[in-house]
Amino acid sequence: MEHIELFFKSIFIDNMVFATFLGMCSYLAVSKKVSTAVGLGAAVIFVMAITVPFNWLLDQYILRDGALAWLGPEYASYDLSFLSFILFIATIATMVQLVEIIVEKFSPSLYNSLGIFLPLIAVNCAILGGSLFMQSREIPSLGLAFNYGVSSGIGWFLAILAIAAIREKIRYSNVPAPLRGLGITFIITGLMAIGFMSFGGMLTGGDEAAQESQREAKVEIKKEEAPKNLISENTKEINQ
Amino acid sequence: MGLKNNLHKLKEKYEGTKMAPAFNAIHTFLYMPNETTHSGGHIRMADDLKRTMNIVIMALVPCLIFGMFNAGYQHYLAIGEEVPFLSGAAFMIGVTKILPLVIVSYGVGLAIEFVFAMIKGHEVEEGYLVSGMLIPLIVPVDIPLWMLAVAVAFGVVIGKEVFGGTGMNILNPALTVRAFLFFAYPTWMSGDKVWVHGAVERANQLANGENVDAISGETILGNLAQNNAPGYDLADMFYGFIPGSVGETSTLLILLAGLFLIFTKIGSWRIMLSAVLGAIVMGLIFNGAVDAGWVSESSKFYGLMSTTFWHHLIIGGFAFGVVFMATDPVTASQTNRGKWIYGFLIGFISILIRVFNPAYPEGVMLAILLMNVFAPTIDHYVIQANVKRRMKRLKVKTA
Repeated sequence: MEHIELFFKSIFIDNMVFATFLGMCSYLAVSKKVSTAVGLGAAVIFVMAITVPFNWLLDQYILRDGALAWLGPEYASYDLSFLSFILFIATIATMVQLVEIIVEKFSPSLYNSLGIFLPLIAVNCAILGGSLFMQSREIPSLGLAFNYGVSSGIGWFLAILAIAAIREKIRYSNVPAPLRGLGITFIITGLMAIGFMSFGGMLTGGDEAAQESQREAKVEIKKEEAPKNLISENTKEINQ
Repeated sequence: MGLKNNLHKLKEKYEGTKMAPAFNAIHTFLYMPNETTHSGGHIRMADDLKRTMNIVIMALVPCLIFGMFNAGYQHYLAIGEEVPFLSGAAFMIGVTKILPLVIVSYGVGLAIEFVFAMIKGHEVEEGYLVSGMLIPLIVPVDIPLWMLAVAVAFGVVIGKEVFGGTGMNILNPALTVRAFLFFAYPTWMSGDKVWVHGAVERANQLANGENVDAISGETILGNLAQNNAPGYDLADMFYGFIPGSVGETSTLLILLAGLFLIFTKIGSWRIMLSAVLGAIVMGLIFNGAVDAGWVSESSKFYGLMSTTFWHHLIIGGFAFGVVFMATDPVTASQTNRGKWIYGFLIGFISILIRVFNPAYPEGVMLAILLMNVFAPTIDHYVIQANVKRRMKRLKVKTA
């Protein structure tokens, strides 16, 4: 029951894209075609499925306050949680390299169409976000951590799949010139988030008002951040 | 025919200028154009976009008139006066409350449409005719007009015009308007008191210690969510003598409108049927869970979960949403197989939200918006599956 609840919660209610607005860079950039979007989404699911449980182990046995107690009583007072960013990122970067090698070997066409965005999964905020949420929400067991990684990945996958299909549908629409490309994609994302709000407040029972205000604050922060990400993304593209 | 000729002259005068689309729209909306081609090969079709829209409007008018009577009736019921349902007094209250909503909705929406058409230099599209009628039917009677105007502007500009106008939008504009109101002004859009004219005022007066008679006006779904009895009998729910948004209360009239839309082939019977099926399946699952004893009576979901499955179809806005919103030909799935999946999930998810989400007493609006988001995905996979099947057939043939 715990597993099922976490599974659906992370796919629909705490959707990485529509509830926390994470992983927007590749979500916006690689969603022009459904087939590439599916490839990238699958890669994200895979990376999250490995990194979140792995980082859970790191967190449990090395990083958190008193986690080193298994080395001996003299280590019990160590708190290495300030290292979590570095270690989490190191894990993620390693896993992304692994995925890249595998994808290049088995599906060169997907490898080519993903292009620069495959290595960029390493800095995809959804993936680091997954690990950090895992830490801050104090997910209690390895199984649940794996579940959380997979289901957050699936949530992100669904989001990029839906927007890719929508973008294919509106390819021939007469969108006003200033909004073509990323502008309209931002608007679509906002409208899609309205659709996903149907699940907000479900399963929580009662305290949704507090959650709503929290979420609004989060959204505001992300709104400010999003354009910055995008600019850096664009400059990266240009630099190549 | 003086008006027609005058309009024609105006149209000639402004031809080629920025204002041309506006005059052309007024002229062709009211009359057949002065010049029509007489010879040559034409495809003769009885329905164009304008006629499609008019048929939906015709289906909506009974709901609107019923809503006017009902608004007044509920108002008098709430203040404790006994008036017959079909009385002039009830109708007058309804007209004075609802007609302004209709006027604001059409006024703001059409003004934006005209401006966009002039800027873009193409003809005014008829798409807003139905949205403009749907919007007053899905909001509470007492909504302030400026809020409605803001929401309509948002829905038309962000929901439709930025995508290139009629036929290009991804979310149903009327539902976008409602969702905007719902999330921007929640106190005016949800709760027990908003659905009857004057109920909010009376509640405030009562809170201030003034002497007012009654402040009833709880909705059925609100009652059920608090594990209370619905408070209305089934016949009332079916015929629509219950508080609610203007057009959604009478399941009977909506059913007739739905049959009319199916008969004229404007609305998709696949979507309507599969949405009802989806709702029934979800309702049966909940009923089964209650029967099996998995849900205790103290659970806060008990009231809604134990509601007999087919009661879900006639309470709240489910019927209205399924008949008029889910069948929107632009935002629904385009493929026949996709329509079955799309409709089924709408029914399924709306009952799911209705039962499990304490924040939103009515799920059909959000379920339709969510499925609008996923409709292109469904279509994509239906088409891909079709392509694959035909490729296989081709291979078998050539082999």
